[in-house]
Amino acid sequence: MSNKPLRILLADDDDDDRTFFKEALEDIKIKTIVTIVNDGIELMEFLNNPSELLPDVIFLDLNMPRKNGIQCLEEIRKDERLKELTVAIYSTSGAERDIEETFVKGANVYIKKPNDFTALKKVVEEAMRINWQFHTSCLNKDTFMLSI
Amino acid sequence: MNVLIKYDISYTCKAILQEQLQKLEMDYRIIGLNEIEFKKAPTTSQIEQLKSDFLHYGIEIIDNQRTALVQKIKDTIIEMVWKENNLPSITTSMHLAEKLNHSYGYLSNLFSEVTFTTIENFIIFQKIERAKNMIINEDFTLTEISYELNYSSVAHLSNQFKKTTGLTPSAFQRIVKIKRENRSSS
Repeated sequence: MSNKPLRILLADDDDDDRTFFKEALEDIKIKTIVTIVNDGIELMEFLNNPSELLPDVIFLDLNMPRKNGIQCLEEIRKDERLKELTVAIYSTSGAERDIEETFVKGANVYIKKPNDFTALKKVVEEAMRINWQFHTSCLNKDTFMLSI
Repeated sequence: MNVLIKYDISYTCKAILQEQLQKLEMDYRIIGLNEIEFKKAPTTSQIEQLKSDFLHYGIEIIDNQRTALVQKIKDTIIEMVWKENNLPSITTSMHLAEKLNHSYGYLSNLFSEVTFTTIENFIIFQKIERAKNMIINEDFTLTEISYELNYSSVAHLSNQFKKTTGLTPSAFQRIVKIKRENRSSS
């Protein structure tokens, strides 16, 4: 069991959302190193750049211009090098159909974007805490699904 | 004027250790050069005290022992949850305390400090992992699963499943099924 910080990669096109997310991560107990990209194209460029270390978790906004979250998720799951990555989908929709669809496509965590900062901190911490368990206990990633 | 000195480093260290350890007023034994055995497990606050006392002399308590113990707690829980048949009739806290030779209070504090979760939550987490496993691999009914995992009712299992994963057991089952179909068709 290591206490190394978890590497987080966030892809979100909204400036405010990025700031909130970053602040939420700074406030939680689990130590993280955050990298931020602005959309799906940038995300895939980052992931496919062999000189960049792969993150432990990717937080992926569903609605992004150029390449959306679902497209990125599909590409990640098809790529031998990337398919084991933990992907958390980050979306404004709370519709059950959207949630199930993202899990079917291989998402591990589905986060409905909360409206206020306190709630955001709570869900981000919960997602990180559960991910930490999977990270340190060698659990079956294929059935790692968490909807918050 | 210069005075020459000579010392035996291990003798000196041992003297410092003894001096500091005596402050705790506990039974202890120094084993070799870098291990201390306590007759009774020190509390977390005693460990913290010792840590800061030792630090003054540049002596560090290696935390690995703590993480090693946490790993033992996890292993014991996993063994309890994942082995066939029912969970033991004695309580988990008693089982852990007996098996690992520490008070449950100590184990529980240590666990929370190191893993960002509580022993209780970790047990629930593992039980739900096993439930998932039974749902997808062995075609058990929810009634059978709740019996196997010692839930008082199917409703209790379903609630805990939903609370832990955000999904109902049937939604989970549906998703896994579609994922498998997609995989075999592609």
